[in-house]
Amino acid sequence: MSARITRDDVVHVATLARLALDDERIETFTGQLAAILEHAEDVEALDLADVPPTSHPYPLVNVLRPDLATATLSNEQALAAAPQAESGRFRVPTILGEAP
Amino acid sequence: MSAAEAGSADTAMRIAAAVRAGERSAVDVLEAHLARIDAAEADVHAFNLVTIDAARAAAAAVDQRVAAGEDPGPLAGVPIALKDNLCTRGVVTTCSSKILEGWIPPYDATVVERVWASGAVPVGKTNLDEFAMGSSTENSAFGVTRNPRDLTKVSGGSSGGSAAAVAAGFSAISLGSDTGGSIRQPASLCGVVGVKPTYGMVSRYGLIAFASSLDQVGPFATTVADAALLLEAIAGHDPADATSIPQPAPKLVERLDDGVAGLRVGIVTELMGDGIHPDVLARVQEAAQALAAAGATVEEVSIPAITYGLSAYYLIAPAEASSNLARFDGVRFGLRVDAGTTNDMMVASRTAGFGDEVKRRIMLGTYALSAGYYDAFYGKAQKVRTLICRDFDAAYERFDVLLSPTSPTTAFDIGAIADPLTMYLNDICTIPTNLAGHPAMSVPFGTGSDGLPVGVQVLAPALGEVAMFRAAAALEAAAPTKEA
Repeated sequence: MSARITRDDVVHVATLARLALDDERIETFTGQLAAILEHAEDVEALDLADVPPTSHPYPLVNVLRPDLATATLSNEQALAAAPQAESGRFRVPTILGEAP
Repeated sequence: MSAAEAGSADTAMRIAAAVRAGERSAVDVLEAHLARIDAAEADVHAFNLVTIDAARAAAAAVDQRVAAGEDPGPLAGVPIALKDNLCTRGVVTTCSSKILEGWIPPYDATVVERVWASGAVPVGKTNLDEFAMGSSTENSAFGVTRNPRDLTKVSGGSSGGSAAAVAAGFSAISLGSDTGGSIRQPASLCGVVGVKPTYGMVSRYGLIAFASSLDQVGPFATTVADAALLLEAIAGHDPADATSIPQPAPKLVERLDDGVAGLRVGIVTELMGDGIHPDVLARVQEAAQALAAAGATVEEVSIPAITYGLSAYYLIAPAEASSNLARFDGVRFGLRVDAGTTNDMMVASRTAGFGDEVKRRIMLGTYALSAGYYDAFYGKAQKVRTLICRDFDAAYERFDVLLSPTSPTTAFDIGAIADPLTMYLNDICTIPTNLAGHPAMSVPFGTGSDGLPVGVQVLAPALGEVAMFRAAAALEAAAPTKEA
């Protein structure tokens, strides 16, 4: 199917997934992910050239509902579980390296 | 006496009928269940949270409605447990993850609303493998759920807490979710009935998403009739879920006595060989004979593509999970670990909040979706999914329902399986159904030579619930006595 997943791949994927993995986990995950992907290579035996993909088991199209305004969560409800909120908004640390 | 033996045979059907008729009080029914929780929950650990005060208030309200001449609904006074990945308004919902520890949802899942509207009495939130990722309920941030039939064994997973709660008599019925077998496999291991409905039959609104094209909510019960009663209560179109099938809930209870005369039953050849314990194979063969004796026609049927189900599933489900779990970023809810920048805060929060199995699947899914690998992994898995659907369709031209094991083995020892891939193999019989979007259910049918329960799986085509429940009812009637 493709080359065996490497330690560098795992480090790169962890960055994409916003996870910080210690060296021990990187080693463990590299081996475990390789084993799972290797098992998945059994599908190489199948001729899939003309097979369309299935993304969803029960295709429904154009699911619409009446365009009616109904009750939604209030600002307070939406912010109630936020780790930090301010002035009716979610508060986060610096995004672009500027002082908050 | 095991915790399971302490559980009474008090069915939801009997409880609801007696409460509606004013012959029993919902408060008394609840107290009997709370007493069993008090006696055995410390050993079993089915729950992340038992909502005693809210349950007592709900039961009292049911009794008041009966006294006032009202009908509280088809599940009047029936104690029910809810998997802790279903949002409950004002009640902590954790997915058994540190990243959601203490989170209080501002709304109820649609199925939770329907449970309340049916007069049922929620008693608590049940333990699960973190974010429903696992087959043993050992991957919970809050401890293992033990099998009530043997406390040294796993309860199965990921809905192990919901299966154990029913097996131990902590609640008459419960709700779980099934992405690759997470209702059926623990039902099999705990000796109860568990149903994964047709994809789209039950609303997913308020079910915290794992893999959105595979997830489905469904019932656990001690009897097939109770499972049918609960499914009727939660099924049916929900405008809040765009994947909800625009049809009313099926009528199942009234069809349970229809029998199986003339029903065409296929035994799935590919699930009757390698990797399945001989005791389990023997019970499935006996189940098939029982259906034949009851008037069904039984034959073997080959569904070749399902042997690739595990491979397709372990690319598709992690891919969808990696996307769904991106929302846990420390901004709007859940755990935040402070850091200098927003990106560092997100990395620190996710790293501290997710357990290893969740991280592993996020990594696998992110890899399968990443540039250069999408076609080789995710794209290919979606094509395999098409082949599985086609092979099922071909089988269902000749058969009304299919039969297979639910789980390759009976309940295994806690701590026995450490390797992820070995754990994933527990789901080989259940995964194909999720990929096809079909319904399937596990029915207890005797025990292995270890004395532990064996579940037989009944599969049906999309919206084939009536035939599936008819076959399940016939199996239940023919099953060897549970505690023999």
